Amino acid sequence: MSTATTRVSRGLNNRRSTVNRLSAENVTLAYDQRVIAEQLSVEIPDNSFTVIVGPNACGKSTLLRALSRMLKPSEGRVLLDGQVIQSMPAKKVARTLGLLPQSSIAPDGITVADLVGRGRYPHQGILRQWSTDDERVVQESMAQTGVAELADRYVDELSGGQRQRVWIAMALAQQTPLLLLDEPTTYLDIQHQIDVLDLCAELHEEQGRTLVAVLHDLNHAARYATHLIALKEGTVIAQGAPEDVVTAGLVEEVFGLRCQVIDDPETGTPLVVPAARKARARVPVTESS
Amino acid sequence: MKTAPKTAPEPTGTAPAATRTGGTRRALRTPGGLSLRVDPRALIVVVVLALAACAASVVLIGTGDFPISTGDVLKTLVGEGTEGQEFIVNDLRLPRVIVGLLVGAALGLGGAVFQAVSRNPLGSPDILGLGQGATAGALVVIVLMSGSANQVAVGALIGGLVTGTAIYLLAWKRGVHGYRLVLVGIGVSAIATAVNGYLITKADLVDAARAVVWMTGSLDGRDWKQVWPLLVLCCVLVPLVLANARGLRMMEMGDDVSNALGVRVERVRLLLMVCAVLLTASATAAAGPVAFVALTAPQLARRLTRSPGPNLVPALFMGAALLVTADWAAQRLFGDGQLPVGVVTGVLGGVYLLWLLVTERKAGRI
Repeated sequence: MSTATTRVSRGLNNRRSTVNRLSAENVTLAYDQRVIAEQLSVEIPDNSFTVIVGPNACGKSTLLRALSRMLKPSEGRVLLDGQVIQSMPAKKVARTLGLLPQSSIAPDGITVADLVGRGRYPHQGILRQWSTDDERVVQESMAQTGVAELADRYVDELSGGQRQRVWIAMALAQQTPLLLLDEPTTYLDIQHQIDVLDLCAELHEEQGRTLVAVLHDLNHAARYATHLIALKEGTVIAQGAPEDVVTAGLVEEVFGLRCQVIDDPETGTPLVVPAARKARARVPVTESS
Repeated sequence: MKTAPKTAPEPTGTAPAATRTGGTRRALRTPGGLSLRVDPRALIVVVVLALAACAASVVLIGTGDFPISTGDVLKTLVGEGTEGQEFIVNDLRLPRVIVGLLVGAALGLGGAVFQAVSRNPLGSPDILGLGQGATAGALVVIVLMSGSANQVAVGALIGGLVTGTAIYLLAWKRGVHGYRLVLVGIGVSAIATAVNGYLITKADLVDAARAVVWMTGSLDGRDWKQVWPLLVLCCVLVPLVLANARGLRMMEMGDDVSNALGVRVERVRLLLMVCAVLLTASATAAAGPVAFVALTAPQLARRLTRSPGPNLVPALFMGAALLVTADWAAQRLFGDGQLPVGVVTGVLGGVYLLWLLVTERKAGRI
């Protein structure tokens, strides 16, 4: 469990593996003049449940936006199946890679089934608006996410947890082998957070989808991820299996928080227990943050 | 690796089969794999509105200094009227009604596009100042150049396009968004109104009177020369807008979601806004800034169809029906002195806007 084995120095993974479907190569990410990350390279292992963690404003969501071609890198490139993602037809990308963004608006007066049905857009055309396939996939997606019985309800009437399931169902209806989720558990209470994460794990394990999620909660990340990417100030500090990545040293380095890492009594995965206030006060952590 | 999208759906037995789909919409499918999706309620609304627009048109043609009965109007329209009726119907009143229908349709569709793009009922061309911008263009021609009617129309068109471009550029910041578009539009509208006021005060009495009539929006004296350019523009722009309706429907859910679904959001938005500006500006060029049709038609259509989505086609027919009905009301309900149609739509639209604001406030949205 030493960080040395998993530490990634800049430029080390410039060698491009041709195996993985989605990767970012030396990308510089910026909003106008504000640079979020420079020369960042990330590989998303196929069939993994990859979780990106890091402190606020470290560039997690920005990286996810770049991977899902919402943000065009000012330098470098994002590759999907060996092609630069921006150069691919928009609908083709949408049939391969789905995204559940943080900001989504349910139109007024839309029913659950209608909203989930909109996920079929990349499979449709002006003369192929609603095939029997569309019908079947929508039913399946609603069944998988447990919202089938809500099909005729209005989305505005649902609780936050139900609504998030509906949005996930919409992303599933897109039938993409890769699915990106930007903080899917935000604003949900603990029970619904676990509920959504269980659903993600199910999609990953039972359907073999590759999932990439940005999560705030390190313990959730350690419990559910098969591959963890720790980001700080736009740089990958460590990546690998959660057991290798989540150590007291790394948490202190990335989050500036003194803690113990113990085995989760339920799953055996790493569990971060922040040091008590008094213990932290005795040994200031300023030099390492 | 997995779940490659199947392009060939299983043959569904006999020809066009209607099936229950999620929500309110039905799918029509052919064995060849083609499928269309329709909302039966929206379809009924469109048919009813189209019939209403036609009925109002026939009544409107029969209305005037020489009243003609509905039967005679229909007879004349199919070419079996007397010579006098032919002249009154085909040369005088029919072009006016057709201009009214086209202007209403263009405003309804343009308004629906703008409201969908800005995700805000207030994001319609009336509020954004496109009408005022087109008016400024027209007033420049009337007051400064004493131009002909055609030149005034061209001036209005240019004024509308310049205003639309200005709003788009000023509201641009990594994409155009609802509130920013509305706020910038209100600012632009205020400036254009000031310019218009200035131009009126500079004008001599004759020009000023002409300008004021133009500014209220009127269909008086419209003939075939106004019909053709407007008809051609509508024939190009309406299909272009409708071809992008599915993308617009996705954009309701936010830029990120629609991008993720494979909609080229900025491109679709720019294209649709250009079309909507052209529709609004050409309608304004033909009939003056007819108030509030672009604001009310999409909202009324939406309440009738009760379906989410931009409701483009219902809004188009609602606009046409509203405008022709308002024109009839302007001629009949206010005694002998004919009222410009813009006065009626203004009053109706203003009342409707207040009602909208009150209900939105009750719903806690503003």
